[in-house]
Amino acid sequence: MKNLYLIAYLDLKESIRARWFLVYSLVFGGLIALFFIAGVTESQVMGFSGLSRLLLMYIQITIVILPIFILITTVRSISGDRDNHILEYMLSFPISLRQYYWGKIIGRFITVYLPVFFAMVIAVAYGAIKGAAIPWSIFFLYTGLLFALSSAFLGIAFFISSFVKSSEVALGIAFFIWIFLLAFIDIALISLMMQQRFNAQLVLFLAMINPMEIFRVAAISLFDPELTVMGPVAFYILDSMSQGIFVLLSVVYPFSIGLIFAFLGFKIFEKKDLV
Amino acid sequence: MIKVSQLTKKFGSHLSLDSVSCEFNKNESIALMGANGAGKTTLIRSILGYYHPDGGEVLINGLNPIKERVKVLKNISFVPQLPPPIKLSLDELMHYVSTSADVDKELILHYANEMKLDIASNLNKSFFKLSGGMKQKMLIAISLAKKSDIIIYDEPTANLDPQARDDFYRLLKQNEDEKLLLFVTHRLEEVKELVNRQIYMDLGKVVSDEKI
Repeated sequence: MKNLYLIAYLDLKESIRARWFLVYSLVFGGLIALFFIAGVTESQVMGFSGLSRLLLMYIQITIVILPIFILITTVRSISGDRDNHILEYMLSFPISLRQYYWGKIIGRFITVYLPVFFAMVIAVAYGAIKGAAIPWSIFFLYTGLLFALSSAFLGIAFFISSFVKSSEVALGIAFFIWIFLLAFIDIALISLMMQQRFNAQLVLFLAMINPMEIFRVAAISLFDPELTVMGPVAFYILDSMSQGIFVLLSVVYPFSIGLIFAFLGFKIFEKKDLV
Repeated sequence: MIKVSQLTKKFGSHLSLDSVSCEFNKNESIALMGANGAGKTTLIRSILGYYHPDGGEVLINGLNPIKERVKVLKNISFVPQLPPPIKLSLDELMHYVSTSADVDKELILHYANEMKLDIASNLNKSFFKLSGGMKQKMLIAISLAKKSDIIIYDEPTANLDPQARDDFYRLLKQNEDEKLLLFVTHRLEEVKELVNRQIYMDLGKVVSDEKI
């Protein structure tokens, strides 16, 4: 176990020193600061106001930029080390591949999750100082959702990293996955629905297996338990499961996806030539 | 110590190692030579357990370096031809080495000092920001401090100035007893004082193997 912690600790230290981490932290911290400066907490849109409104805006922006940040910064983790011969040297020491791979994942998870989490903590703390009511249920939901979303994309990124030989290809695949999950699936499903080629339940099922989509719906479900802002999707979801189960699913499902992809990545890493 | 039997490794259609068989034993100091693409690095990487062979096997003290990599690598020190751009500081790199391979940090400092590398004033500097020669000295110091039975150097003196080369050869002489030293090199004259066996490879085969 000491080697697992060693790899996680050193990856964490290395990442914190990297420029991308500074930019990453500034983006999420800056978002919160910008919302306060812009007076988002004073505004009211669709019935959301105060800190709830601020957290909703934060999560809506996070869903777009968090996956791409995680994919771009992580996808080169192993493929980059392989590319520039770091892996060749570091793995000449008696560390098992299991400890190396999972240690890297743990270190990288802490690096990508803490800034987005702390940005929310800062928002809540600052809001409390200003005397705003703190929406704890939303705060805890978002903490869980961000944890699950980070896990999902971290797992996918390590999966890509384990089999891609060059960093450039890894970046290309990462960008494609991001844009595919963010927009292409929706566009394709909307067109299928409009043409009525498949039944609506199948189309909605396909939409909901996308971790970004499930995150998007769950992020609004606490504000709007009837899910009216999501349109007709709400009726299907509420018909098939309760809000509590749906929220649980929205955390467990992306987390499981992350674990499955990370595990598949490990199997590839173990079976393939290392350098 | 190292037994290579009928080892074959292909990359796509390219045959990098063609049924190579050889043994490397204790108290041998070997120069592994050959033109570019002869298969030297592939052989070294197979010994380190990085490649899954297409045929044959490598055994290090009777152990498979892929299946038993932790046990095998406890006894191997390796210095690559080009120091990789590791972003860890020297202090972190020493921490990595000492924790993973149970190497005494003081011993790394001792050998670095012998190689005229001032670690103390560069402790928090990233490894990749050091000059080529300093990086090579650091990796050599680590390789010696690890006290392995098998030491593998891939063109170890490529970045070293004449004084540093002399220091390196002197330290190796002091540490060669009961060990197996394997040098991948293009220049035999540089290591001929140290080696007692030379192997030539070409097109993935051992074409000559003689004691000196």
